[in-house]
Amino acid sequence: MQKFKIEPKFRLESLIKYYAQWIREGKLKVNSDWNKDLKIKFTVQDPCQLVRKSLGDPIAEDLRFAVKAVVGEENFVEMYPNRSNNFCCGGGGGFLQATGYQDARRKYGKIKFDQIMKTGAPYCITPCHNCHSQIHDLSDYYEGGYHSVHLWTLICLSLGVLGENERVYLGPELAELGL
Amino acid sequence: MADAAIKLGTEPKTTFFDKVKGLLPEEGHLNLCLTCGACSSGCPATGLEDMDPRKFLRMAALGLDEEVTKSPWVWMCTQCRRCVYACPMSIDIPQMVFQARKTWPKDKKPQGIMGSCEQALRTEGNSAMGASSEDFKFVVEDVLEEVREADPRFKDMQVPINKKGAEFVLNQNSREPVTEPDEMVPLWKILHLAGADWTYSTAGWAAENYCMFGAEEEGWEQIVRHKVKAVEDLEAKAWLNTE
Ligand code: SF4
Ligand code: SF4
Repeated sequence: MQKFKIEPKFRLESLIKYYAQWIREGKLKVNSDWNKDLKIKFTVQDPCQLVRKSLGDPIAEDLRFAVKAVVGEENFVEMYPNRSNNFCCGGGGGFLQATGYQDARRKYGKIKFDQIMKTGAPYCITPCHNCHSQIHDLSDYYEGGYHSVHLWTLICLSLGVLGENERVYLGPELAELGL
Repeated sequence: MADAAIKLGTEPKTTFFDKVKGLLPEEGHLNLCLTCGACSSGCPATGLEDMDPRKFLRMAALGLDEEVTKSPWVWMCTQCRRCVYACPMSIDIPQMVFQARKTWPKDKKPQGIMGSCEQALRTEGNSAMGASSEDFKFVVEDVLEEVREADPRFKDMQVPINKKGAEFVLNQNSREPVTEPDEMVPLWKILHLAGADWTYSTAGWAAENYCMFGAEEEGWEQIVRHKVKAVEDLEAKAWLNTE
């Protein structure tokens, strides 16, 4: 918008900030009891678009706050590097849609794949569509066996309201939890 | 003379490098490179097409315009800006890459990106998958009806469309309504439980913008302006991005 000298009459906001805010205000009564005994580990991708390219480390903190509230602090594992210094997944800038560049995209993504594998977590939370698709594809292609999930899926899971048809990205251990 | 060897003709020419410098605020700091390599060591695209950000910058500075602008590498840099973040001089290499993309003729740019850009320009909702606003509205209402029936806890859930004066206008990536509509539901439930005052807009509802990635500035601007107008027409306080 700056680029085109547009001054909108509204604010631009990210959903992640509101997830954190609503949890803090008690409007979203999430908790991590479901994962107390399961102890399933989760890592998180910092989308470039959200973190490094726009809102920086404060939004990365909001993201972690929401994630920890939902999966349990002890079940959250950082990837390294992280926050503003995290690596791009390789799905951005149109790379995912750039027909004919698939091999290069996967080579680019190998860094992200290794980062995730190092955490040992079977789930990577990907709060961006490009990241979600790319990280999903990397797991398939390099046979990582981890899952790529949206944050909204886990918030609803922890609220006990995740429907049957809303679980395609969950593994078998969570496919029926709370139904 | 060292630089005589790399001059292509006798006429002094304006190189790609000079042009980009002229376009960027503070010339993108392009002349300040220390050749430290911090950009390249942290760039996941390093090594693809035998290129890396430092090399790209050096080659451009040497006036190797053809090699730089025509390299397919310009489509492999994801514009992630990690190099700028790492660079001690904040040199804006991704902006150079973007300018290089602009020099490609439309029919040589990656077809997937260009196709998505065209679809977005063609549709009222700016959907890169070409989904019409009627279809979007239909899918939303259809899925909502199912959820209301399936789960009594959500029998009163609303998914407002084009509601004036709501606090938020929410956008939606085309992928959901087109290929996996059930994935919209968790977010609706969250908004419902949080008591958010929100709405979709049939104008400019799609979150994506591939004209930007394709370095099609006119199309990019057209889409941004269309979406801004849609949010303003609905008199919303904020545009809430799903990602
Ligand atoms: S990090 Fe910056 S100063 Fe160092 S080589 Fe790259 S562009 Fe030059
Ligand atoms: S913006 Fe491009 S050049 Fe810079 S780190 Fe990211 S992929 Fe590499």
